[in-house]
Parts: sequence; structure tokens; C-alpha cells
Amino acid sequence: MKLWKSWVIATKDFSTFREKKNTIYPLIVLPLLLSIVLPILIGGIGNLIGLIDNLIGIIGIPILIKGSSSKDITVLLNSFSFFYIILAFILPNTLASYSILGEKIEKSLEPLLATPITDTELLLGKSITSFLPCIAIIYFSAMIFMVLSDAITYNTIGYLFFPNWSMAIILLLAVPLVSILSIQLNVIISSRVSDVRTATQLGLLLFLPFIGLYIFLETSVISLNIINLLGIFVILSVAVAIIFSISKTIIQRDKILTKRG
Amino acid sequence: MIDAENLTRKFGDLTVVDKLTFHIEEGEVFGFLGPNGAGKTTTMRMLSCLISKTSGEARIAGYDVSDEADSLKIRKIIGLLPENNGLYDDLTAYKNLDFYGKLYECSKTQRKENIEHFLKLLGLWDKKDVLAGTFSKGMKQKLAIARSLIHEPEILFLDEPTANLDPESSKTVRDFILDLKKEKKTIFLNTHNLDEAQRICDKIGIFNTKLMVIGSPEELEDSTLRKKTAIQLKEVNDKILKALRNLSLRNLTIDNNKLIVDVVNPENENPIIVDAIVSAGGKIQYITRISSTLEDVYLKFVRGKK
Repeated sequence: MKLWKSWVIATKDFSTFREKKNTIYPLIVLPLLLSIVLPILIGGIGNLIGLIDNLIGIIGIPILIKGSSSKDITVLLNSFSFFYIILAFILPNTLASYSILGEKIEKSLEPLLATPITDTELLLGKSITSFLPCIAIIYFSAMIFMVLSDAITYNTIGYLFFPNWSMAIILLLAVPLVSILSIQLNVIISSRVSDVRTATQLGLLLFLPFIGLYIFLETSVISLNIINLLGIFVILSVAVAIIFSISKTIIQRDKILTKRG
Repeated sequence: MIDAENLTRKFGDLTVVDKLTFHIEEGEVFGFLGPNGAGKTTTMRMLSCLISKTSGEARIAGYDVSDEADSLKIRKIIGLLPENNGLYDDLTAYKNLDFYGKLYECSKTQRKENIEHFLKLLGLWDKKDVLAGTFSKGMKQKLAIARSLIHEPEILFLDEPTANLDPESSKTVRDFILDLKKEKKTIFLNTHNLDEAQRICDKIGIFNTKLMVIGSPEELEDSTLRKKTAIQLKEVNDKILKALRNLSLRNLTIDNNKLIVDVVNPENENPIIVDAIVSAGGKIQYITRISSTLEDVYLKFVRGKK
């Protein structure tokens, strides 16, 4: 296998993406928006809790929830961190749909497959195309999120919440794995359908387990502590290994070219 | 250079290519003629290692198309122009070619030289930094041809290279293929343009799921249908007709004082016919040989199959 060929395919895709502004802009705007809106939301909620605490203190009711302000904020910060796992599924899914189906729709797949590249080199190239920009966007927006969150919550909780081990596991282990999983799933879907919207929507359906996980987090059925995160990491690793072996058997140039969707 | 033996491809129960057998010599231009849906593109895709065969064998320059290691070698020595040009509209002409040059493992120098050479040859050098998406259909087709040649392949597979092009662009593309023929490239040309096949090809195969007939354009014209002789007379009268009927001619037709008759051996039969007409007082204005055209041959086989 010649890795440089995958890189050639990926760099070509990066060049073409520059012209597809309608595809790229939402991918940049959504994470950046989240990275700014979420800390502001946390700040607002923190102020609200503080205000309620003050009011309760003034009117002399026993302060049952006093001191919950900083705890609530840290819970919120943790659960908002999970959004980066969600982003790691959504962003590569969209990009992978365009990357693979784009070739199919523009009929450029046939001359591409006629070159001396292997199926694995092609798939790896397409995966890099979707993986790298998304990871870069997610990391960049996570940096903004962490810095803004720390700036906004420092006075309330009295220490810098980020960086911490939970976020490190999310960003360094979960986000890459979820991205790879999302890309692999989309590769399989893209080889079976013929339009980008269908591929993206089907891909997002597979995202439902993560929504379930988020609900469990919010309802405190599970918490986003290091042990649980490592458990999620192990499950994801197994899922990626299974999906990769499935995609390798499903994705063959013969089927991609003859399948009409 | 290109060999197929009982090459077959099925999609489910549908047989698209049925026991195709042929041999194409190095430097030969082979025209693969057939109607839409005949299985020409499927054949080309099997030979270019894009899709697998169901049964039979095919070899390109001695390499087996169904062997994974061989298929990579085959793809290095062939150039493919698919039916749809498949260019990247968001890349410039130069970048389109450079991308493919890299995948074909051409060195930086080779890429630079070949891109300049082919773009100049096809009149696109001035547009090298223009996005391919802004090109006209003819320009795109020329760029796609340049792409198929960027790695200097020995064998070219061209799928309907002049389809949907205006006459001027068609001529440019056709002339370019003729130039490639002079360079002794082996060319497999899928087409349903009979005129194009006749002008370009050394050998023609008429195909409609099965290979109906194969040979040079001249061989197909001469051997497949009967030869005819046309004789234009000043006037046709009963005396002349009686004299001709005595010769027991095959398929004699008369139209506007023009006699058309099937002949097996024109060198022997034509003088006898002329003598009979002259003896009957007929005045011959001119006599011509009518060969069956490639179109006649094509229609005979394609309609015959139906």
C-alpha cells in the first residue's frame, strides 16, 4: 500500500472543497457557534443560580441548594463537553457524503478507479479528506470553548475547570474514534445510495445511540467520569474495528461502479 | 496486445456480454461497434479492470484482468476515456492533469512536460489555469483525452470519444486519435459512429451482447454482403429486359433507367451483362460498382440479432 497516494487523493479533495463553500461553511459555523454559545449559556445559568441563592439568603429560607452553584456548573461543563463527541459524528458524516458521493455524482469515480490505486488507498484517502478538516475544526472550537468557559466560570467555581482528564479523553480518544466510526459508516452508506442528502440522513440515523448516551448523561443515569469515558472508548474501538472489517468487504470498485443506488 | 476468450459478464440473470472472443494486435485501432445497451461499456470496464468478469478470460499485454496484482500493472499501461469525461470541475485544467499524473506515478518533470505537451497539442494551454467546470463540452473532452494520455499509456480505451460533440470538436478529437494511431498506440474504440469507425479503425467488431462479426472495414464491406453493379442506360426497353432475363441475373432492379444487379464475380459477370445490353441496342451511359457500406453490414447484423 502506498500511503502517499491516499494523501494525493485527500489533498485533491481539500482543493475541491475550497470551491464548495455551501458545504464547508456550515461545518465551520456550527462548532464555532457552539464554542461561543455554550460558555455564555453556562455563564448565564451560573448568574441565575447565584441570583436565586442571593434571593433565598435575603428572604431567610433555609438554603438547601446553596453551594450547588459551582457543582451545577461543573456538571453542565461536563455534559456540554459531550457535544464534541456529537460534533465528531455529525461533521465527518457530512463531509464523507460529499467526498465519496461527490465523485459518483460528478462521474469522476470511473477515471479515478482506472488509475493504479488500490481500493484501500482510495478509501484511506477519502477518510483522510473527511477526518482531518473535521478534527481540526473540532479541536479549534474546543479550544475556544475551554478558554471561554474558564474565563466565564472561574469566579464562580474558583478554579480553571479546563483542561481536565475528561476533556482530554474526549478530545484525544473519543473524538477521533467517533469521527472514524462516522466516516466508515458513511463510506458503507455512500456505496449503496446515489445522493448526498440520503447518505447524510442515513448516517445521522446511526447517530441515535449517541443521543441516547447524552440523555443518560443529562438524567444522571451515567456520568462523564474518566472510567465511563474509558468504557465508551473501548466500546467505540470495538465498533470501529467491526465496521472497518465490514466496510472492507463491502467496498469493492466493482460494486461501487455497478451499484446505481 | 488485448485478448479476450469467452469473456462473459452477467448482472443477475441478465447476460450483458456473452462469450466475447477477439484478439487485438499491438498498434491496432479496434472499433467496437454496437447499439446503445449492447454491452460495449461493460466490456471496456472489464478490460480496464474496473469491474470483474463472470467467466471467460481477458488479457492485456499478457496480464490477466482478473488477477489483483496484474490489474494494477494493467492500469499503469492503459489510459481510459470514459463515456462521461469525469473531470473535476472545481480544479483547473492543469491541476486535473497533475492529480492524475501523480496517481499514475509520473515524476514531477514528466508530469510538467506531458501536461504542457498535451495541453498545447489540444489547444488548451492558454486555459491551463481555468477551472474545468467553465469549459465547453468539446474542451472538456479534449482535457479528458489529455488526462488519459498523461502517463503515456501503451493502450487506450476510448468510450464514445466524439459523442455529443459539435462537428468541429468531433473532427479535432478524431484527428487526434488518428495522430495517436500514427504513434502506434493500441486503441480500443467504443463507438456507434460508423463513419468514425470506418475512417479510424484497422479492425471492427460488431457487437450486440455477442460479437456478430469481426474484420477490417474493407473485409466487412466486401465479404459480408453481395456485391452489386449499377448500369445507367439512356433508355430501358423490352428488348434489353428480355436479353437480361436470359442471363438469369440475381435481384435485378430497375429505377429511372438504372439497372442494379447482384454479382458474385464482377470481373466475369459484368462484361457478359454489358455485351447483352449492347447487343440488345442499349446505350450505356456509365457503369459503377456498388459496395455494401459499413452501415449495411452493421444494420444487417444488429437487426438480424433482433
